[in-house]
Amino acid sequence: MVTENLKAKVNNLNFYYGNTQVLKNNNLPIFEKKITALIGPSGCGKTTFLRCFNRMHDLYHNNRYEGEIILYPDNINIISPLIDPIEVRMRIGMVFQKPNPFPKSIYENIAFGLRIRGIKKKSIIDEVVEKTLKDAALWDDVRDRLHSPAFNLSGGQQQRLCIARALATNPEILLFDEPTSAIDPIATGKIEELMVELKKKVTIIIVTHNIHQAARIADYTAFMYLGEIIEFGPTEKIFTVPSDKRTELYISGKFG
Amino acid sequence: MEDIKKRIKIIKFWDYLFGIVGLLSTFVGVLLLVILFIDLFIDGAARLNYKFITSFPSRFPKEAGILSALVGTTLVMFVTAFVAVPLGVMAGIYLEEYAKKNWLTNIIEINIANLAGVPSIIYGLLALGLFVYFFKFGESIITGGLALALLILPIVITATRESIRAIPNSIREASYALGATKWQTVKNHIIPYSLGGTLTGIIIGLSRAIGETAPVITVGALTFITFLPSSPIVKRFPFISFKWLFDPFTVMPIQVFNWVSRPQKEFHINAAAAGVILLIMTLLMNAIAIYIRYRFRRKIKW
Repeated sequence: MVTENLKAKVNNLNFYYGNTQVLKNNNLPIFEKKITALIGPSGCGKTTFLRCFNRMHDLYHNNRYEGEIILYPDNINIISPLIDPIEVRMRIGMVFQKPNPFPKSIYENIAFGLRIRGIKKKSIIDEVVEKTLKDAALWDDVRDRLHSPAFNLSGGQQQRLCIARALATNPEILLFDEPTSAIDPIATGKIEELMVELKKKVTIIIVTHNIHQAARIADYTAFMYLGEIIEFGPTEKIFTVPSDKRTELYISGKFG
Repeated sequence: MEDIKKRIKIIKFWDYLFGIVGLLSTFVGVLLLVILFIDLFIDGAARLNYKFITSFPSRFPKEAGILSALVGTTLVMFVTAFVAVPLGVMAGIYLEEYAKKNWLTNIIEINIANLAGVPSIIYGLLALGLFVYFFKFGESIITGGLALALLILPIVITATRESIRAIPNSIREASYALGATKWQTVKNHIIPYSLGGTLTGIIIGLSRAIGETAPVITVGALTFITFLPSSPIVKRFPFISFKWLFDPFTVMPIQVFNWVSRPQKEFHINAAAAGVILLIMTLLMNAIAIYIRYRFRRKIKW
């Protein structure tokens, strides 16, 4: 583990919803251009953990972070109140559990991220729309109907559109919150392929309910239980020789 | 076996009976409106013509028309919309998207709910004290418009809030996750997606205001007026004049009220005819509201 490859590092992260502590003293390295999966039973805090990375919790009241998430190479603590959450979200993108395209055209969905960054030139936006749709393996499906509503797409296509939307602004890290849980198996396969392809360009953190998905695509896996990261390591090791009893029980389907 | 069949028969009878009673109850509402409209129409039919719309009120029922009332209502509604829409929409957006949930917000919310229930004459009294006596706007179009704007403000706020609340949170999160600020999210998503519901609420509010009589009488609208307010467009620079805002006026419901209270039978015909026109105006506004709602619902689904 060389620091050069480190994209982010979580140090002693605690998180509270009001007075309830949801994340307890978590530590985790995130390696650059790798896929890191967070697995664990429902309610263990995986999504809460993920949403710390783009300060989503700042949108709601009475939430409190403690500890740090250091983003490299600039070495800033992205959960510090001194850092503007807008800046963090401009650098770290997110794809949600349920596809949530805007009720606008396919084109406008992708253009939005550029427009809010002050990019107005049509030629640039056109170019980015085409490029990101290609990156999201959606270009061939939609090239003839870029200006038709995004809601006419199937669920899997909508999710790929959301991935394209997140990619359009060149994020350094892309967060996936159970991106395939609302999607059929064939579309899921396509999105998994896409994620493996995307890691050439971007660091990926994915929360998944499906341990097989983690085994298929993740380079590193962290197992979370009751708000704590119990075990972290290369995916192969976690799935073959877990060192903690709870990890082993979860992996083998004894609980979850 | 026979027992069960008998039992089912009795239960089914009640089923049937409720269906009939329910249907009749529903028809009371529909029939009332239809009968009301037909009755008014029959009474007023004799006067429903172009001349009626383009004539001023007169001592002679046959020559009297609703021109000044129609123009007055239009101008007052213009002032009402101009004031109530931006205020109501901005307050609604603020309460939904910006306000923190604390005791102060709660008090404001309760107050707005209560405002919607305040009798309209109270708004008239408020406008009389505030706009006529304090600001010295006189018994004018602007005073009437402002009084009605206050009256429908809670309706506009509530409609705006409800249509904003219908936007799923996942859409907000998608926008924020891309790095949008609050205003960028509101401008590009919240306002456009809630526009259908907001517009519907605005029109419902205006169609309520158009029929209000009490507050307009309270602020001193005239009942007999044979001239139009000054023109908003003038020949000299800057070509636009706001003098009309301070002119005396009358509105449709007052004109109806005035004619009904006359002893001569012929004026009652005028009242019915003007009632028909007022009713058509209201129904038309409601129809537009329904159409807008339909259009937006079809365009946006979550």
